[in-house]
Amino acid sequence: MREIIKMIVVLTVLSCFSGGLLAAIRGGTKDKIENQQLEFVKGPAIRNILDGCSNDPIADRFKIKDGDTEKSFFVGVFDGKANTVAFESDGKGFGGDIGLMVGVNINDDKIINIGVTTHSETPGVGSKAKSEPKLSNQFKGLGLIKSFKVKPDGGQIDAISGATVTSRGVCAGITEAGNVYKRLKPQVVEKIKEFK
Amino acid sequence: MAKTITQEFVKGLWDEIPPFRLVLGLCPILAVTKSVENGLGMGVAVIFVLVCSNVLVSLLRKIIPSQVRIACFIIIIATFVIVVELLMQAYTYPLFLKLGIFIPLIVVNCVLLGRAEAFAYKNGIIASIADGFGIGIGFTISLVALGALREVFGSGTFLGMSVFGPSFQPFTFMVEAPGAFVCLGLMLSLMNLAGNK
Repeated sequence: MREIIKMIVVLTVLSCFSGGLLAAIRGGTKDKIENQQLEFVKGPAIRNILDGCSNDPIADRFKIKDGDTEKSFFVGVFDGKANTVAFESDGKGFGGDIGLMVGVNINDDKIINIGVTTHSETPGVGSKAKSEPKLSNQFKGLGLIKSFKVKPDGGQIDAISGATVTSRGVCAGITEAGNVYKRLKPQVVEKIKEFK
Repeated sequence: MAKTITQEFVKGLWDEIPPFRLVLGLCPILAVTKSVENGLGMGVAVIFVLVCSNVLVSLLRKIIPSQVRIACFIIIIATFVIVVELLMQAYTYPLFLKLGIFIPLIVVNCVLLGRAEAFAYKNGIIASIADGFGIGIGFTISLVALGALREVFGSGTFLGMSVFGPSFQPFTFMVEAPGAFVCLGLMLSLMNLAGNK
């Protein structure tokens, strides 16, 4: 009996100690890890979209609650004015979700650029949505608050040849981004004032 | 007569160098040694976990009941592995992306459990630290040696720098899984040859 109690006590104490240590370290490294992930996974897309801004968009970010989730917005300062935000969206592609980053000018609601962050599309076909600017360039300068469709669906975007499903997913993702933007714009405008 | 601290340390570098003498922990050895950098990163992670777990096991060896010792070892090792994983994500994210699943898999690496069971559970703390460092550094040396061999022939680079110049045709077989087995086998036989003299 004594043996069993000893076993239970030792294992319990050890587990508690281990749990406590891990919780402490996790708490201590959480922000750092988030920064690193942003830097290496989404950083390239963000910097590409906010090309030419004078601040560091990954450091200058804020979060807004959207229903149950939180959305991160990355601020771009152009000509001394914080007037551009980039944020994430996603659409359904051929091989799964396509992660998108959309940059929009909050003064005229026009898209400045979009980029694909993560995807599992067919290499060499659907993956062109990320590697070639042909698709994303078509979104430049369009107003964000409307729905986007590929030309075969009666829309305005030329699909990548052989990758209609991917292109459709990107369009749906950007349309969704427009909806989010419409919903959250008042808060975005409020928050961005802090970054002047 | 117990061995001296130096002996405990040195044995990990040749007599009991993990992959070649103990032939333990082969999974990461085969998988991550595509380049020197990966091997080094993995090795450092293993040294850290091994030394920490050896210290703790050795400290607690009078308290841990022998019936549940394996469970206790695994808790201790797993804790330190997750610590390494978090730190790696926080400070060397690109390396973390390359090593990926093999960092959490250090938990089930036989070298660590083997040292806890065979050494730290029976020896004092100083000897355990020496053993941890010795075996850990031995492990790292093997990873780096294998990584260097495979990187130089497989991609024609060393730590990312070109060795043979642009005209070199990489021997890609070496960076794939079969190449890992062949390299490991060759190094094992060479070490046996040297040991038999």
